Amino acid sequence: MKAITSPGMRLASILSVGLLCALGAFAAPARAAGDLPTITAQSWSFNGPFGTFDRGQLQRGYKVYKEVCAGCHGMKFLHFRNLGEEGGPEFSEAAVKALAAEVEVSDGPNDEGEMFDRAGRPADAFPSPFANAQAARAANNGALPPDLSVMAKARTGGADYLYALLTGYSDPPEGVTVAEGMNYNKAFPGHQIAMAVPLFDDGVEYTDGTAATLDNHAKDVSAFLMWAAEPKLEERLRIGLRFMIYLVLLTGFLYLAKRRVWGSLKH
Amino acid sequence: MAAKTIEPTRRDFMTITAGAFAAVGAAASLWPFIDQMNPDASALSLASIEVDLAPVQEGQAITVMWRGKPVFIRHRTAEEIEKAKAVSLSELPDPEARNMNLEAGAPANDINRVKDKNEKWLVLIGICTHLGCIPKGQGIADVKGEYGGWFCPCHGSHYDTAGRIRKGPAPRNLDVPPFNFLSETKIKIG
Amino acid sequence: MAHESTYKPGNALSKWFDDRLPVLRLMHDQFGVFPMPRNLNYLWTFGGILTFFLVVQVLSGVVLAMHYVPHESMAFASVEHIMRDVNWGWLLRYMHANGGSMFFLAVYLHIIRGMYYGSYKAPREILWILGVFIFLAMMATAFMGYSLVWGQMSFWAVTVITNLFSSLDAIWSGLGTAIVEWIWGGFAVGNPTLNRLYSLHYLLPFVIFGLVLLHIWALHVPGSNNPTGIEIKTKSDSISFHPYYTVKDGFAMSAFIVLFAFFIFYAPNFLSHPDNYIEADPLVTPPHIVPEWYFLPFYAILRAIPDKLLGVIALFASILLLLFIPWLDTSKVKSARYRPIYKWFFALFVISGLVLGYLGAKAPEGWYLIVGRIATAYYFLHLLVIMPVVGWIEKPTAMPGSITESVLGKGAGGGTPKGAAAAPERR
Repeated sequence: MKAITSPGMRLASILSVGLLCALGAFAAPARAAGDLPTITAQSWSFNGPFGTFDRGQLQRGYKVYKEVCAGCHGMKFLHFRNLGEEGGPEFSEAAVKALAAEVEVSDGPNDEGEMFDRAGRPADAFPSPFANAQAARAANNGALPPDLSVMAKARTGGADYLYALLTGYSDPPEGVTVAEGMNYNKAFPGHQIAMAVPLFDDGVEYTDGTAATLDNHAKDVSAFLMWAAEPKLEERLRIGLRFMIYLVLLTGFLYLAKRRVWGSLKH
Repeated sequence: MAAKTIEPTRRDFMTITAGAFAAVGAAASLWPFIDQMNPDASALSLASIEVDLAPVQEGQAITVMWRGKPVFIRHRTAEEIEKAKAVSLSELPDPEARNMNLEAGAPANDINRVKDKNEKWLVLIGICTHLGCIPKGQGIADVKGEYGGWFCPCHGSHYDTAGRIRKGPAPRNLDVPPFNFLSETKIKIG
Repeated sequence: MAHESTYKPGNALSKWFDDRLPVLRLMHDQFGVFPMPRNLNYLWTFGGILTFFLVVQVLSGVVLAMHYVPHESMAFASVEHIMRDVNWGWLLRYMHANGGSMFFLAVYLHIIRGMYYGSYKAPREILWILGVFIFLAMMATAFMGYSLVWGQMSFWAVTVITNLFSSLDAIWSGLGTAIVEWIWGGFAVGNPTLNRLYSLHYLLPFVIFGLVLLHIWALHVPGSNNPTGIEIKTKSDSISFHPYYTVKDGFAMSAFIVLFAFFIFYAPNFLSHPDNYIEADPLVTPPHIVPEWYFLPFYAILRAIPDKLLGVIALFASILLLLFIPWLDTSKVKSARYRPIYKWFFALFVISGLVLGYLGAKAPEGWYLIVGRIATAYYFLHLLVIMPVVGWIEKPTAMPGSITESVLGKGAGGGTPKGAAAAPERR
């Protein structure tokens, strides 16, 4: 490789590598700023370049969300139709219709000019538990339960953080007092969280034979929230692999072409 | 000058291969930029609508919105039905039923323009098949054209009481959208 | 432009066309047979790469604008709509977001190359100044684009950066406030602000495009600089742009796109902050406001200065000073390759930039603040003192007599290399 020995090429590669490292270094502390508790990485089916979501896990996760989280947390960017789309929980069409029909949706105005309630349809958005932020605060001791649509991308650590948070409740360590209405949580920044312990063993009934443990509930709902935040993850990785293969081949061809063209010229 | 000669054919082959490969990739990469303009997932999932027909008196018509388009629903009188039935297929510029509830190519008999032989109710997508204007004929006082159905003011297309094109530049009969009777007086479009 | 045209229309039609609109002649003269130094290294490929990213950003931006809604209550939701519902919307948005980062990575390498090899020196001063203007326009465009997401980081970045102008209150009471309210169109960042940011974000890329045309024009008058900094003297010093540099640029571009694609497909959110996935809330400031990585060095300079007005002045000066380096550098030698002392100072300059970038993401306290001040001091010291002084006192090392000699060794340079621009053997 004579090209590598030329000073210009060497300088170019040193600079590129240097800037790339810097890029990583800039980005990393940008997110680690502040003394956040350490979050342990879990092994998820959607990790890595060939990751996919586990359909059963997402379906269970939806059940946990619906029965536990949805009481306080909305997911306003999700629609029932999403539950049947490719790359997600992939509920059957009939199941999606049934799930949508479980909720009452306000529609209208009708011909008399009045709003009316009807059963939900797949095109409807997930219902919001509170009419507005003020109502949500009033019902939760002044704390606003955040929307969970993109939560897995809105927190450092993503699904790992969500899992750590949901399993991170404990009694406060000695010497730590927790304010009235707050709860101690190992994973939460500042360790005092308004949300009461949401998940328990057997808190949600599973119908597919999975053990209904707190750990499984937390894992399943974290995976579900990851899908909810990044519903095109599987498509992205699939297209990405094809494009990468194409690009590496193209780069190889261009390198060979470059060598042919420059071959006759001493440089 | 170390000008060693390389057979030009091989060099050209390599550059052409690389160039062609790049061109194919660039062309394929354009697809997302084009496809993004197609109807998106939320538009495709637009719910069907239900319409209550009970308040619509004989001889009256209502217009409802379905997928951003007007849908004409006319409660036809016996006279209007007779008039539509009396027309033979050979008189029609477009002899096809254009009914999304039937197989394509069904003949445009009056019975094929309605659903489940329910002749009273005519349901049509209210968009002129010429250039997309909305024909007149829904209101009591509207011009209904020479055939008593609808008349498109843009370029003078006349539709009969079964919504079939009879005169003017429109090439096709008004389309019948997919719909079902949920009860005697309730339909679901889409 | 500066050279006699060698274009010969191949047939009657192209002759007819050439007499009326000589674009084919322009392409032939400026990109076909244009004489290039034969010794350019891979750092000279970033011009082409930057052009590619300008096109990517404009194309993806135009189609994103077909779905985006610039309204304070709908902007964030419309971005999510793009990510979830629009066909390929996730790809287009990740392309646009990461394309911005890649654009800056390439432009920094391009700038460092220009500084190391003295590409700003006569007769290329205008070329360099146009480049600084392009950089400024890029920064403005990127900042506005980031704000359109209307997440927490977007909103608070707009608040903080527009508030920089309030420092003018120190000069004339009320002036800064008046300017800030004029920028906002209100008494706080809100819907009018978002709308004007959107309008300008769409406009500025076309300004950049115009500046780039001028930049290329100014490049093609003297021709490219090269690693020796010695101008083309004889025919053997040059080769034609096509095919030599088209294929070399093409290879480098493709390799760079591998990195781009890696971010799009495998780490699409790595370079942005998680807080920007929280919808803007005017009542809650995030605990740490951090700009995008490419602004961090300048952000660190701002925070290194304890005075509000002086900090803002230092921030703008750090960029505007670049306009003057063609005259701040007093050396007669262009390329730092032959400048034994300056070479090391330049390395320090790049390191100070990297250090500032690292510190830009840290809270300005304790050691971080001290190191930040040292790096800021060096940044200005380098431009204002070291560049002129080292240029005077330094004795350059031996230089080759010509580009050809630098490539082929002493005594060479008589003949014409195969494919030299003056005698193109193929098109």
